[in-house]
Amino acid sequence: MRFAIAGNPNSGKTTLFNSLTGSNAHVGNWPGVTVDKKEGVYRFRHSNNTVEKISVIDLPGIYSLSPYTPEEVIARQFIMDEKPDLIINIVDSTNLERNLYLTTQLLEMDVPVVVALNMMDVIKREGSIIDYEVLSQILGIPVVPVSALKSGNVKLLMNRCVEYVKTPRKGSSFLSSTALAEQYEKVLKLVDEHNIKHPVFHAIKLLENDSIELMHDATLSAGIQNLKLEYEKNEKPFDYEAEIADLRYKFITNNIKPQVVKVLKNTGAASSEKIDRILTHRLWGLPVFLVLMFAIFHIIFSKDFLFFKSFGIMEFDGPDGLSSLGILLKGYMEYFQNFVMTHTDLFLKNAGAYDWARGAIVDGLLKGVCSVLTFLPQILLLFLSLSILEDSGYMSRIAFILDRALRRFGLSGKAFIPMLMGFGCSVPAMMGTRTLESVKEKRMTLMLIPFFSCGAKMVIWATVVPAVFKNNADFVIFCIYITGIAVAIIGAIALKKTVFKGIKSNFVLELPVYRYPRLKSISFQLWEKLKGFLTTVTTVIAASTLIIWFLQNFDTSLNMVSENSDSCILKIFGDAIKWVFVPLGFAHGPDNWKLIVAILTGLLAKEAVVSTMGVLYKAKGYATDTHDSDANAISGKEESVTTALAANAVFTPLTAISFVVFNLLVIPCFAAVATARSELKSAKWTFFVIFFWFATAWIISFIVYQTGVLLKEVNLINRIIGVFIIVIILFSIFRRKKKKNKCIGCDKCPKGI
Amino acid sequence: MENKLLGEFKPGEKGTVEKLTVLGPLRRRLLDMGITPGTEIIFNKVAPLGDPVEIRLRGYKLAIRKTEAEAVLMKKEDKS
Repeated sequence: MRFAIAGNPNSGKTTLFNSLTGSNAHVGNWPGVTVDKKEGVYRFRHSNNTVEKISVIDLPGIYSLSPYTPEEVIARQFIMDEKPDLIINIVDSTNLERNLYLTTQLLEMDVPVVVALNMMDVIKREGSIIDYEVLSQILGIPVVPVSALKSGNVKLLMNRCVEYVKTPRKGSSFLSSTALAEQYEKVLKLVDEHNIKHPVFHAIKLLENDSIELMHDATLSAGIQNLKLEYEKNEKPFDYEAEIADLRYKFITNNIKPQVVKVLKNTGAASSEKIDRILTHRLWGLPVFLVLMFAIFHIIFSKDFLFFKSFGIMEFDGPDGLSSLGILLKGYMEYFQNFVMTHTDLFLKNAGAYDWARGAIVDGLLKGVCSVLTFLPQILLLFLSLSILEDSGYMSRIAFILDRALRRFGLSGKAFIPMLMGFGCSVPAMMGTRTLESVKEKRMTLMLIPFFSCGAKMVIWATVVPAVFKNNADFVIFCIYITGIAVAIIGAIALKKTVFKGIKSNFVLELPVYRYPRLKSISFQLWEKLKGFLTTVTTVIAASTLIIWFLQNFDTSLNMVSENSDSCILKIFGDAIKWVFVPLGFAHGPDNWKLIVAILTGLLAKEAVVSTMGVLYKAKGYATDTHDSDANAISGKEESVTTALAANAVFTPLTAISFVVFNLLVIPCFAAVATARSELKSAKWTFFVIFFWFATAWIISFIVYQTGVLLKEVNLINRIIGVFIIVIILFSIFRRKKKKNKCIGCDKCPKGI
Repeated sequence: MENKLLGEFKPGEKGTVEKLTVLGPLRRRLLDMGITPGTEIIFNKVAPLGDPVEIRLRGYKLAIRKTEAEAVLMKKEDKS
């Protein structure tokens, strides 16, 4: 048997799903669609003690069965095409009116529906009573009060469902008792003649001129248009869509609510209102948001927690202050990683393994996998913070506060969160784009995320910049971050005008009542993220590290050579593609294939850019034996690679900037590409996105380098021409279209209500 | 009682919906969210950057952009 859970966003749908299926849930993908559907198994124990497995499907949260958001289309298609045996419609009793709007639509389908009335405890606290038995009588289906968190209620619900699923149900509509009854009956008769499944649902959708419906059957739609014309005769066209939506709501407010809801005392959502008075305040809203965001990043990334060192509150040995939670946990992970690597190495040595096998396992596989794994605590912390923000209801307020700023780029406020996360790590940031409504918006946000300089890239800046800019490294590094943001803005505008032409984000967003985050649902979400992360690490990352290791250690006749030596495949490859980078400045000179190789290994993990340069430029004191204590190795590494770069005069200021800009914008690490692939769910789009990152990096580096050269070498007239061209380019990017005249609403509109 | 677009309301003002003046998906979305003729809407507040706006209807809070609020023609209730 298959049961589907349908309901409004924020109605406790996912919590119910998790209570039903426990850890049996797995995320499945719909073919060709970008929104997740979850499927799990509930073990139902019959009275004779036999256990039946019921598969439970968590449909995306929807307000209606109109075909306008991806979520709605999925839910609608699932119910019609996949034919679940029963729909559990979860209804938030604190918001009965809008939740029942969906219920009345679900009832139009030929499928048994059971209403699970959620948050009954909250409504009681707010001073109202809901008579669920009367509600059941009016709707003609079972209504079970549940609290999605209590298992006893869930058992009761499932008992009722298994009982009810045996009685086949025909769709029914409230319309038969309204002013539109006559038209509705006639259309229904016409639909019945065509022998269509779910006749009631289709009849109403046809009456509404639903865009998907009208495409299905041309003769049927033509017949219905004629029928409608008969009724209109000489009067102005009748707006069925608005009228039916209106009647639906009227049915709920007039026929259901007065009989079902009894308000004893009206406290409403008073406390939530008080919180909003500060959090979305016209003046304080923005500062409070900034402080909250900073606090999250501080807890995850700061090496000077609460600024004890900076403010001189406490004395610390060494360069750092108190570790924040994220840094502390990362330290433990690094310790663990070193332990595993040293001992595996030792074990293999003692067991008499071949050198190449030892190298492949320790330097290739373990090193690559562990370097990513060390970020696990910070990634989980980031997701914990985000889950809390989301569960409490603050996330939609962030979107509310920032929507205005992002609108110019065709994005909505919701796109801000993933971008912000990009400063930490692109991988969770890209996963965060799942919450975005439109596919275009999701893709665009995903493409912009790598431009927000991530934590791993910081290692490169800290190494390269001081080698060239000795006295003002901090300022230059700050400028790198600004450059990233600037490119993201320019990229957004360019994308909006080309690839995503016509991208328009609507912003109709419910601001739910604040609630305490629930431990159960948060831990569940974290567990899901952890599973996903570990899968990526053990598959994609493990495979790719082995490949890079192989290329570093073997020559073309497959003999093992010392890492990154002149005859390794990687070097030959680097030389072969060097021409691509010549116009960017930093590939000049016989030795600079090494920078190409550094960039290439950076595709695996951005930290690898530094370690590769360290090996290739034979940095003094650089530990080629990576099994040292990593903490020392990192701080020592940055110092010594920097010195080596300076001593070898690898960079001029200009080539350094070009190199840094290229690394900032180019294809992020393998993990990010793999994540992009799984989020985009399309190979074609993944290739395009990779191309976009590469092209942006190349073009911007090219502009930076060539402009620098021109400014240095060329005469005044050419400089003016150059500046003129740049101004024209910028102007064409930022140019705005003229505003069209707005409709102010009058009676001449054929479709006005 | 005067007719006025919801987008031109000031914080604290309220009224009832007259009609929607847009077509297509946005219209459907607004209808689905409960903005149907006769619905009472309170204009709560404006976001810190001046847009979007927060409205209250049918017992819940909804954020919509000003351009979207301008698609809703209201009958404004006089202040008592």
